[in-house]
Amino acid sequence: MGNRNAIKRIVAHLLLAATSVLFIVPFVWMVSTSLKHESRIFPESGKPPEWIPRTDQFDEQGRRLIIYEGKPGVELKDVDDKKVILVDGQELNVWPSDVTPQTRIGFHWQNYPKAFATMNFWVNLRNTLFICVSVVIGTVISCSLVAYSFSRIEWPGRDALFVVVLATMMLPYEVTLVPLFVLYKWLGWTGSFKPLIIPAFFGTPFYIFLLRQFFMGIPRDLSSAARIDGCSELGIFMNVIIPLSKPALATAALFMFLFQWADFLNPLIYLQDDRQYTLAIALQQFQSNHESEWGPLMAMSTVITVPIIVLFFLTQRTFIQGITMTGLKG
Amino acid sequence: MTRTERRDLRNGLLFASPYIIGFLTFTFYPFAASVYYSFCSFNAIDPPVWTGLSNYRQMMSDGYLHTSLYNTFYYTIGSVPIGIALSILLAVFLNQKLRGMAAYRTIFFLPTIVPVVATSVLWLWVFNAESGLLNGVLRQIGVEWLLSQFGYGLPNWLSDENWSMPSLILMSFWGVGGAVVIFLAGLAEVPDSLYEVAEIDGAGPIRKFWNVTLPMITPTILFNLVMGLIGAFQYFTQVYIMTAGTGGPANSTLVYALYLYQKAFMYLNMGYASAMGWMLFAMVLALTVGVMYSSKRWVHYHGE
Repeated sequence: MGNRNAIKRIVAHLLLAATSVLFIVPFVWMVSTSLKHESRIFPESGKPPEWIPRTDQFDEQGRRLIIYEGKPGVELKDVDDKKVILVDGQELNVWPSDVTPQTRIGFHWQNYPKAFATMNFWVNLRNTLFICVSVVIGTVISCSLVAYSFSRIEWPGRDALFVVVLATMMLPYEVTLVPLFVLYKWLGWTGSFKPLIIPAFFGTPFYIFLLRQFFMGIPRDLSSAARIDGCSELGIFMNVIIPLSKPALATAALFMFLFQWADFLNPLIYLQDDRQYTLAIALQQFQSNHESEWGPLMAMSTVITVPIIVLFFLTQRTFIQGITMTGLKG
Repeated sequence: MTRTERRDLRNGLLFASPYIIGFLTFTFYPFAASVYYSFCSFNAIDPPVWTGLSNYRQMMSDGYLHTSLYNTFYYTIGSVPIGIALSILLAVFLNQKLRGMAAYRTIFFLPTIVPVVATSVLWLWVFNAESGLLNGVLRQIGVEWLLSQFGYGLPNWLSDENWSMPSLILMSFWGVGGAVVIFLAGLAEVPDSLYEVAEIDGAGPIRKFWNVTLPMITPTILFNLVMGLIGAFQYFTQVYIMTAGTGGPANSTLVYALYLYQKAFMYLNMGYASAMGWMLFAMVLALTVGVMYSSKRWVHYHGE
C-alpha cells in the first residue's frame, strides 16, 4: 500500500511539474527576449532557442569582437566593419564550418528605455491608473449600496429586480455595443475617459451579485440590534455591514482593478488620441507599428505583466476565495 | 402598507437606485435601441433610416458573415470541450494532498490574470514561424526532422490559413487555470465517504474517477461549459491583436465578434452590426438553453 502511494505521488508530481513547465515557459521566453539585443533575437537557422540572453563582446577600441570556439585559436573579429577570421593570428578568407560563436551571458537592458520612449509610457501608465482607480471606487461604492438593498432590506419587487441583474450578466456585450457608442457620442463623451469610468458608478451586475452573496451571510441580529439603538439604514450600512465585509469588498476591488487594467475593447472604441491611451491600447498600437521589434515589445509586455503578477502573489488568498465563491454559487 | 413597509420600500429603492438608473440608461435603453437600429440603415452620423428586414436579409447572403460563423463554431468546438477536459484532469491531479500543490495551482492560474494584450503579443512571438519559441523547440527535439521524412515542414502557425485557428485554440488552453480553480472547489465538495465505499467495492483509481468524481462534479462542469460557450462566442481581443484587426490570413480567423466590430467601427455599418449583435444573442441564448435543458439528463445534484 505504502509503495503504491509513493509511486502514485511521484507520477502526480512528474505530470504536474511537466505541465507547470509548459505554463511557465512563455513567461520566461518573454523576459528572456526582452533582454536580448536585436542581433541575438533571431537565431541562426538550426540553432536552439537561447534562454539566457547572451551578448557580444567588444575590444578596448569599442569594436565588436566575436570569438568563435570549436577550433583552437580560431576567432572572428569585426575590424573596422570588416569581418576577419583569424587562425592563430593569421587571416583566413574561408569560413571554417565547424566553429560556433562564443559570447558571454549579458543582458541588453536598452529594450526597456527604448519601449518607454516609443510609447508615451508614463502618460499611458497615469491614464491606466486613473481609470482603474476611478472604476474601482465607483464599483465598490455603487455595488455595495445596491447589494445592501438586495440582501438586507425587504421590499416588494426586490427579487424580480435581482433576476434582472442575473439576466443582464448573461447579455453579450455585442448587443449593446452600437447603441452605447451612439449614446456616448451624443453625450459628447467619446474621446474621453467618461465612457470607461462613469457607468462604473451605476453598479455592475457581477459585483452586485458577489457582494449580495456575502452580505446575506452576515447575521440579521446585528442589523436589528443597531436599529434598536436608533441607527438609520445608512448608519447600519456604514457602521455594521461595511466593516464586516472588508474581504468581499477587497475581492471586488481587486477583480475590477485587474479587469480594467487589461480591458481592451472599450478603450479601443472610446479613446482616440495617443495621449489618452491606456497601457493595453498603447502596447497594441506599438505592436502594429513596430511589428518585428520583439525586444522592446517583450520589454513592454513584461512591464505590463509584472505588476499584475506581484499583485497576485500579494493577494492570492483573496483571489482564490473570490473565484471559488463566484464559481460555486454561480 | 405599514410604516415599516413604507420605510423599507423607500430605503430599498434608494439603495438600489444607482443600479436602477444605470440599468435603464446603460443596459435597457441600448438594448431597445439596438432592436430599432437593426431594422435601419445607420452610420452613427446621420439619423437612422428605417429599412425593415433588409439587414437580416443581407445577413443571409453575406459570405463573410458565414465565414465568421464557421470560424466561431470552429473555435468554440475546438477550445471549449478539450479545455474542460484538460482542466478536470489538472484539477484531479492537483486535488491530491501532496506537498507543493499550492505552487502548482498558482502556476496554472497565472496566465489567466495577465493582461490579454500582453499574452497576445507574447504568443504572436511564440508562434513566429522562423524565430519563435514553438518552432525553435520543435526543431530542437527533432520534430522538424521527423516531418521532413514525410515531405512536410514545420507549420507556419498564424501565417498559414490552415493552422491559424488551431494556433488560437492551442493558445486558449494556456488559460484553463481559471476553470481548474473552480473544478478544485467542486472536487473539495465530493465527500470522502463515497470514495471509501467505492474502495470497499474494489474500485481502482480509474473507476473511482468515472463513477464517483465525474458524476459528482457535473454541476461544476455545467457552470464551466456555459461560461466557456458564452466566452468562446464573444472571442475578440486575442484575434484582434494577433491579426491587427483583419482576421487573416485569408479570413481564416475572422470570428463573429471581430466581423461585428469591423462592420460597426471600420465600415460604420451600425444597423448591420446591431442585427449581428441580435443574432449572436439569439445563438448564445439558444445554446445556453439547450445546454441547461440537456443538463437534466447528465447533471447530478448533491443530495438528490
